[in-house]
Amino acid sequence: MSESAEQPPEPSAPPRSQIETELRILRRHCPDAILEVTEQPARDMHWIEIRKERLHRVASLLRDTGELGYQMLADLFGVDYPEREDRFSVLYQLYSPGRNQRLYLRVRVEEGEAVPTLREVFPNADWAEREVWDLFGIPFDGHPDLRRILNPDDWEGHPLRKDYPLVGRRPVLLFNSVKDVL
Amino acid sequence: MTPPTATETTPAPPETITLNMGPQHPSTHGVLRLVLELDGETVRHAAAHIGFLHTGMEKTMENMPYQQAITITDRMDYLSGMNNNLAYCLAVEKLLDMELPPRGQAIRVIMSELQRIASHLVWLGTHALDIGVMSVFFYCFREREAILNLFEMVCGGRMTPAYIRVGGVSLDFPVGFEERLAAFLSVMPTRIDEYDDLLRHNDIWLERTQNVGHFSEADCWRWGVTGPPLRATGRPHDLRKISPYCGYEQYDFEVAVGAEGDVYDRYTVRMKEMRESLKILEQALTALPDGEHLADDPRVVLPPKERVFSEMEALIHHFILVTRGFPVPAGEAYGCIESPKGELGYYVVADGSEKPFRVRVRPPSFYNLQALPEMIQDRLVADVVATIGSLDIVLGEIDR
Repeated sequence: MSESAEQPPEPSAPPRSQIETELRILRRHCPDAILEVTEQPARDMHWIEIRKERLHRVASLLRDTGELGYQMLADLFGVDYPEREDRFSVLYQLYSPGRNQRLYLRVRVEEGEAVPTLREVFPNADWAEREVWDLFGIPFDGHPDLRRILNPDDWEGHPLRKDYPLVGRRPVLLFNSVKDVL
Repeated sequence: MTPPTATETTPAPPETITLNMGPQHPSTHGVLRLVLELDGETVRHAAAHIGFLHTGMEKTMENMPYQQAITITDRMDYLSGMNNNLAYCLAVEKLLDMELPPRGQAIRVIMSELQRIASHLVWLGTHALDIGVMSVFFYCFREREAILNLFEMVCGGRMTPAYIRVGGVSLDFPVGFEERLAAFLSVMPTRIDEYDDLLRHNDIWLERTQNVGHFSEADCWRWGVTGPPLRATGRPHDLRKISPYCGYEQYDFEVAVGAEGDVYDRYTVRMKEMRESLKILEQALTALPDGEHLADDPRVVLPPKERVFSEMEALIHHFILVTRGFPVPAGEAYGCIESPKGELGYYVVADGSEKPFRVRVRPPSFYNLQALPEMIQDRLVADVVATIGSLDIVLGEIDR
């Protein structure tokens, strides 16, 4: 098996990026998904900003393409930028055990706008998405059990938003009935 | 009395009962609440209720200068404070593009390996206690006490040290510390053998841990399970080896792996890990480099006290660093380490000010616990306790 046959020479190729294969595969199979690519190779940080409608497809491609092998959703979290028009970023940290490579997917949403759930692709997105809903109030489309997870069920507001106050007092429901847990 | 007719003896469709376990159950390791749906003694469905310890630590960190926020990190996984300090500092140091002196690196390695042993000792003691082997707990806590005394000697703190700082560690080793560490290292291997002897030949222990709580490698990746539960499946995934930090590549140690991925394998993996940690500690102590424990970086590190007392510029520098903190250039970085529980990571978003814009913690226990319902599905209630113990979760970092 010759390697040169597999990799046709690309004319005027920019300096090789660590996630070049990822980008090539995504551009081929899901051409309209990528909005922006940011890289900081010295810190081993690679972000791909994607259209949220394509999130499911992109995650499946990254997971199921053998040469990529992003088998693990290492983390999923939100960031609030109150000055931005599309206020929230949701970040997905994917990890490829075979290549020891980390990759961040980023989706930007406005307040109240929903992000499609990744629960079918990565089952551990379940709790992580509930946490983002709880702390940021970003809904996840298609999540069957989108409840608060860290805060009590009767909590008001979403504490990790920048406009949520740092101190304050309110009564808290600490223990809910067995039926609400199952 | 007429004999029961056929219709009366036909077994009714299985009726399930709902059992609440926790949050005050002694074997749920903190305030974990499980609701189990039982068919006889078999678990048909399980769900976890978490959040009892939620105090908004990520939010608190956003409102503190970078150096101060370290004191929050060791309150998350309160059984391995040093490791939490370290992961956070690695992320901030990445943002600052800092180089650390070799002595600072070696001290960090010594501290995180001691902390790993201390954390595994708590796990071993409580796990054995859950399963019915009581005496191991007392022995484990005896040795853990020795480690906490070492921490106290170095930095004054035991559970919440805040010892590892951005730029190195807060203080150098005090006089006499290296001798005490050496004394600890000379007795510890026999102590680990002692625990092993108490458990390895114990029929109850073997019966209750072998072939219980299986989880395959593929399942681990699917659920984001890392640390000893992943290595117990036979996959040598250890961040100290595959993406070394703090100079771990200089030390000679093996990654402990299991084969079956059951509760017993997680036990053997952690036992071996303690022995390997001792190996690393020996090497780090014998080859402890001379030099500074803090980086020579005036952006972050306080000037030496003699200069503060004699030079105006140093005094102002000191004052500004203490009252305002140091600005960190805008950017995003992820620092991750192999904590005793798994992959512990801090994702820090900096906006150029003295306070982090966002700190996201990737707690290993959060993802490890999430897989619990699948591990105990269709198993016996008694196995639930053994499986929770084998995951070694800490609710402090799950709830944050």
